[in-house]
Amino acid sequence: MHSDSADVQKSIRTYLMVGAALFVFTGITVAVNRLQLAIPAAITVALLIATFKGSMVASIFMHLSHEKKWIYGALILTAVFFVFLLFVPLFTTMDTIGHPNPSQTMVPGAEHAMEH
Amino acid sequence: MDNVASHGTTTGAHAAHAHEQHEHVELGFWRKYIFSQDHKVIGIQYAITGLLFLLFGFSLMMMMRWQLAYPGAPIPLIGNLFGADKAPGGIMLPEFYNMLGAMHGTIMVFLGVVPLAVGGFGNFVMPLQIGAPDMAFPKLNMASYWVYFCGGVTMLTSFFLPGGAAQSGWTSYPPLAVINQGGQTMWLIGMVFLITSSLLGSVNFIVTIVQLRAKGLSWMRLPFFVWAQFVTSFLLLLAFPPLEAAGILQLMDKVAGTSFFLPSGLVVANRVVTGLSGVSTDAARAGGGNPILWQHLFWFLAHPEVYVLILPAMGIVGEIIANNTRKPLWGYRALVYAVGFLGFMSFIVWAHHMFMTGMGTTMSAFFQTTTMIISVPSVVILTAFLLSLWGASMRFTTPMLFALAFLPMFGIGGLTGLPLGLAPSDIHLHDTYYVIGHFHYVVAPGTIFALFAGIYYWFPKATGKKMNDLLGQIHFWGSFICINVVFMPMFIQGLGGMNRRMYDGGALYQHNAALLKWNVVIGFGAWGLGLFQLPFIINFFSSIKWGKAVDRNPWEATTLEWSAPSPPGHGNFLSEPVVYRGPYEYSVPGAAKDFSPQFEPERA
Amino acid sequence: MQIPYTVEARPDTGLHNGKLGIWLFLASEVMLFGALFSAYIILRTGSVEWPHGELNIWLGMANTFILIGSSVTMVMAWASLKLKNWAKHRLYLFLTAALALVFLVNKYFEYSEHFSKGEGPWHNTFFGLYFTLTGLHGLHIIGGVIVMLYLLGPGAKMWEKNPDQFANRIEITGLYWHFVDLVWIFLFPVLYLL
Repeated sequence: MHSDSADVQKSIRTYLMVGAALFVFTGITVAVNRLQLAIPAAITVALLIATFKGSMVASIFMHLSHEKKWIYGALILTAVFFVFLLFVPLFTTMDTIGHPNPSQTMVPGAEHAMEH
Repeated sequence: MDNVASHGTTTGAHAAHAHEQHEHVELGFWRKYIFSQDHKVIGIQYAITGLLFLLFGFSLMMMMRWQLAYPGAPIPLIGNLFGADKAPGGIMLPEFYNMLGAMHGTIMVFLGVVPLAVGGFGNFVMPLQIGAPDMAFPKLNMASYWVYFCGGVTMLTSFFLPGGAAQSGWTSYPPLAVINQGGQTMWLIGMVFLITSSLLGSVNFIVTIVQLRAKGLSWMRLPFFVWAQFVTSFLLLLAFPPLEAAGILQLMDKVAGTSFFLPSGLVVANRVVTGLSGVSTDAARAGGGNPILWQHLFWFLAHPEVYVLILPAMGIVGEIIANNTRKPLWGYRALVYAVGFLGFMSFIVWAHHMFMTGMGTTMSAFFQTTTMIISVPSVVILTAFLLSLWGASMRFTTPMLFALAFLPMFGIGGLTGLPLGLAPSDIHLHDTYYVIGHFHYVVAPGTIFALFAGIYYWFPKATGKKMNDLLGQIHFWGSFICINVVFMPMFIQGLGGMNRRMYDGGALYQHNAALLKWNVVIGFGAWGLGLFQLPFIINFFSSIKWGKAVDRNPWEATTLEWSAPSPPGHGNFLSEPVVYRGPYEYSVPGAAKDFSPQFEPERA
Repeated sequence: MQIPYTVEARPDTGLHNGKLGIWLFLASEVMLFGALFSAYIILRTGSVEWPHGELNIWLGMANTFILIGSSVTMVMAWASLKLKNWAKHRLYLFLTAALALVFLVNKYFEYSEHFSKGEGPWHNTFFGLYFTLTGLHGLHIIGGVIVMLYLLGPGAKMWEKNPDQFANRIEITGLYWHFVDLVWIFLFPVLYLL
């Protein structure tokens, strides 16, 4: 693991470079926001950049890139449930019996998608 | 606590640290019995506190059943203790009934069963069964008990505050839970404590099982009880946080004026609660919230929670069946895979509690499918236990009576769940007494019987004394008969359309008229059930002093805990435990004894 | 009686107890913040309109830089310890705590500004979510600072008695801290930009 002095010494450069990269990408996130993209594109780009930044923190700072199987296993399990938690409740609001009142519950522009 | 453990040979122990451990500091009363870091003491603390809460929650229900059997009649004996705001003239007010209902559920689930099953049995037995000197994080273990204790005090205190205890069901659905005056806020604070306690405990359990297994104790040699606790801990770890989040959101709704769960345009009793603009004004809150959001976050926890309620019980039953049939458990590998699969599936079925919320057919089909799939591992486990009885050399000890009864009772509970898991039949049965019958069969003659079995079984390990068998038999038969008298009629009532949570026992609705008589029957069953717990309580306390003294392994069992002294001392084992074989090597052909313990090097 | 694998790793898992423990705890935190993000998604998609430009993007961005910086100083604090440079370790750990406090001070200013305009959590759903999400995140920062102050203060004595265990504690603290940073990396664009 990373307990060897020489390894740690080499990693310090990596840490500082990753830190710099994180600063840069933060700036990019804000800059892209100023472009005022359409909502779906804005969300996608912002989350992609955030995910990239997050993976760098996780894999480099948190040493996740060379962790042990037990940690990977626990995190993969968590990731699966996290995805369910994030999206399944949303799906249940999008698929309902009958017609909810469009003006109360729709994202603007989406009323017609629910017509069936 | 006088047995001195010889010092374990932990490799790589830092020299200075090893020197420190050889000193035996005699702990004072407070550090030994109250703020103890010893898993055995903590386990007993959890168990006793849990049992007291079970008794308290049961008493709440006995009062409710009085009101349901004889609506409007003053509560006998204790009716005048509750004051005019709860029971004027001893007659239960609807608000009080609702308080009893909400708190009965909350207390039984979160303060009674789980602390006993996981905190009590898990803490006491699991480290012994894996050959560990204690849990991985003893201080964290102590903290988790005391945080649970604080949660319990919070919940109990809520009864005595103005407005009384929470009264919106243990499910705390908004908008009612948010707009209702009363102890809901305390309930939420109490839940935050309880969830925190659970979290600390689950981390401890998982790390202990992964890291502190004795030499030779591979995963497939683990007692089924340990597997059950392992999966349960993952459920607690990953499913509770969404309820903590939801609890925080509801707390914000209650104290910070937010509307996470309050929809726009909500009017209650001619009072405008939320406006239509989405922005708060002096007259109304902002609105824009979603009551169904609470249900998703709540049931995301509460469904895995019911598996938290059953899995430790299955673990206990497995141990006792193997021991009292003098045979290995049938299908050990199948049991392990089933319990793991069950744990995983439990996270993706939650909305079967929400079929009636206007869900569309696609999502409904998804949840019906996963719910039907999850019944498979449950059946695998039950079948493996039943097959374990075939060709057995049965010993009808008191623990075995309870463990055997668990099987058909859990069977009834599980089977009655099927029409609830399918949306078309759930339309008729949702929110009726059928549901109450279903889940109580699983938890009451299911889990709680298994917990009783576990108490009779491990009492000798914890105290060095055996509980009295005659009292145990009376406890068993009386409870078994009464508990069926309580819960079987509920299926009849539910199929007849009687709704839950009706303070008048359903008398308001004409269609319930023929079903009301069952309320009297159920009432007598409940009060009888209460009476039959007296032999148990007497037995439990008197056996500590006057029970028959036993040695280390009175049940002639094979698992590691039976190699430690009864009760085990500090550090648990007199020499470092080593495991030589699987957990259930009973009646091995050619062996001299009918059991070959895991910890004995040579087969007898 | 000593608990095994507190300091050295168990051979078959390759982990010491604390490391497994903290990752499990972080897994539960993923579910906690996940639930709040799920709430955000449901409430935003269910709303007719959603406010934009209510929050101070520059202050948010500054705070993002500050927290990322504190993550760098945190990993440097751990690395210095591994290289047996006690003074550097103390400096970096102190810087981490200091940066965290600056973050909190900024949040205090942000919150006060909103409150002075009557924009508390009750104002609308967006602010309810903003205050709850950043508030809970802020509580996690405070928790981290407390641990760091302990490790700078009374806890530092362990370096003399049991350096390996102390190094483990710093590593564990670092893992927690990076997670807090990670949450903010998502919170910032979601709340401030989208």
